[in-house]
Amino acid sequence: MTALVKVRDLRMHFPINSGLLRRQTGAVKAVDGVSFDILEGETLGLVGESGCGKSTCGRAVLRLYDITGGTIEIDGRAIEHLSQSDLRQMRTTMQMVFQDPQASLNPRMTVGAIIGEPLLEHTNLSRAEREEQVQVLMDQVGLNRAFVNRYPHEFSGGQRQRIGIARALALNPKFIVCDEPIAALDVSIQAQVVNLLEELQDRLGLTYLFISHDLSMVRHIADRVAVMYLGKVVELAPRDALYDAPLHPYTEALLSAVPEPDPALAGQKKGRIVLQGDVPSPANPPEGCNFCTRCPRVMDVCRRIDPEFREVAPGHWAACHLHDAEYNANAGQTA
Amino acid sequence: MTDARDPDTPVGADMATVAASGAVAGGGPVLRTRARSQWWDVWDQFRSHKGAMAGAIIFLLIVLVVLIGPYVWDVDPTKTNIRARNAPMSLTAPFGTDQLGRDIFARMIEGGRVSLAVGMTAMLLSLFLGTLVGVLAGYFRRLDGVLMRLTDLFLALPLLPLLLVMVLLFREPLTAAFGIEMGIFILIVSAIGITSWMQTARIVRGDVLALKEREFVLAARATGTPPRRIVTRHILPNIMSPIMVSATLGIATAIITESALSFLGLGFPPDFPTWGRLLNDGVPYLELYPGRAFWPGMAISLVVLSINYVGDGLRDALDPRIRGR
Repeated sequence: MTALVKVRDLRMHFPINSGLLRRQTGAVKAVDGVSFDILEGETLGLVGESGCGKSTCGRAVLRLYDITGGTIEIDGRAIEHLSQSDLRQMRTTMQMVFQDPQASLNPRMTVGAIIGEPLLEHTNLSRAEREEQVQVLMDQVGLNRAFVNRYPHEFSGGQRQRIGIARALALNPKFIVCDEPIAALDVSIQAQVVNLLEELQDRLGLTYLFISHDLSMVRHIADRVAVMYLGKVVELAPRDALYDAPLHPYTEALLSAVPEPDPALAGQKKGRIVLQGDVPSPANPPEGCNFCTRCPRVMDVCRRIDPEFREVAPGHWAACHLHDAEYNANAGQTA
Repeated sequence: MTDARDPDTPVGADMATVAASGAVAGGGPVLRTRARSQWWDVWDQFRSHKGAMAGAIIFLLIVLVVLIGPYVWDVDPTKTNIRARNAPMSLTAPFGTDQLGRDIFARMIEGGRVSLAVGMTAMLLSLFLGTLVGVLAGYFRRLDGVLMRLTDLFLALPLLPLLLVMVLLFREPLTAAFGIEMGIFILIVSAIGITSWMQTARIVRGDVLALKEREFVLAARATGTPPRRIVTRHILPNIMSPIMVSATLGIATAIITESALSFLGLGFPPDFPTWGRLLNDGVPYLELYPGRAFWPGMAISLVVLSINYVGDGLRDALDPRIRGR
């Protein structure tokens, strides 16, 4: 399988302007050197706590922002320097499903107009053909065809997210960024939407970048998982490897916080790692490793040198000095 | 404000709305929405807003009287009759006569044409300018600074001296080119239009700035919709409310500004009646003949109020979230 999406050293810095002349005095490094591949037909889960740059990363990959640096290649085409007008043709290959289904639908447009907008922009279908296509899309995501003339506020959250998914599917994209598509939904509806996404992936061969902070849901849907902390990917591994044997202390801490659904086992969970302190400001990240201020296994070297993101075990990447033989004598054993 | 929330409203009126929305369901077991045009829904909602309907009827009546009036009431508004001056209301002069014996009703009709035309056109012009500047400044970051400083500049300009200069500079060439009445009409409309768009621009810019960050605009960008169509399809329909409010207030301001200009001798010629001029002419006689100021004042207030209600109803009718409630 080939990589559909190749991201190398992606950086997205937002300038901070201050002072009388609004000169740039610093930058919020929302995404700071992120690299990953997404293979065709797979789902890459992107997890991390609030504010770590997950959503910005997803949007930057689609070039909804003008990125600060790095390269993005989607479907064999480098898009990091394309102008927004050149990107227009590429938009048919890559689409996005948004977090808040209420906010991502224009309240003044009917469902038919919302789903039909991509068709209107990118195809020359006649009005009748377009309406027909919209109905097919509504069938695909399990919406009643009769609702085509209704407005978003007349739907439930889950139905609205289906409208958003239908819009994303309208142009037969290969790659969809799902930006926390289930975070704003009821738990019972979350399962429906995730199942719909999986079903569509099987049927249409879609590739997902699935952004979420719900570790259990990512475990369910993702093939590989990337963990982000303060604008950087700290660990990237196949799902089972990551959940069974996390290599980065941050991933360990994150996984130890997942609640145990079985009440009988709940109390017996071993090694709950509670991190101290707050996430540092992305405008002023610490020297060395970004995680050194809170890491339970911090070493001297962590405060000086930023660990390299490297392949520690086959297919299992991590950015941590613990797995570097040069700094840690036990490196071989932990890996 | 809206009659629908008035507790005195008979229940039957609401039942009619409920029955109408029942018809939406189609009666069948499948909850199917109508395929009919959205504009029928807008009309249905507008009709259910009683204030808006009353406003629309009053406004249309005024427009009708002003348009058809001269053919029915064929009294020359400029004919003086010193013997019948300052006459009270009577059958021969429904609103009485002024100090020169001119029929006030005929002058109101004549003045209404000018005032309404000036008010509407100036409002449209200032609305267009304000919306254009506001949307450009709000949506395109690069233009924001320049356009907003321009807006500040216009806000800081003392309006009357500016109008005086404009009138002095352009009155002659315009009257030469378009004739005296048309020339002054164009002058006054553009003078009012380009000195009253700033409030609209500021409000619109603020709303666009907020709207631009909403996810559905981002979704449109992710779809590849070019900026001009994002503005027309996603931004403009969502800033209808502030634009409507500006529009209704704009008409009143335009009518009043026109009267101020005429009062200063910079607008239409003194014998040329407009509502604002009639009002000003009536002010010195307020104690003796209050009717002279009352009728033009009443006409201006009625127009403004009715347009306000129409705007209110339109805003509700155009919002699908309120429609059908």
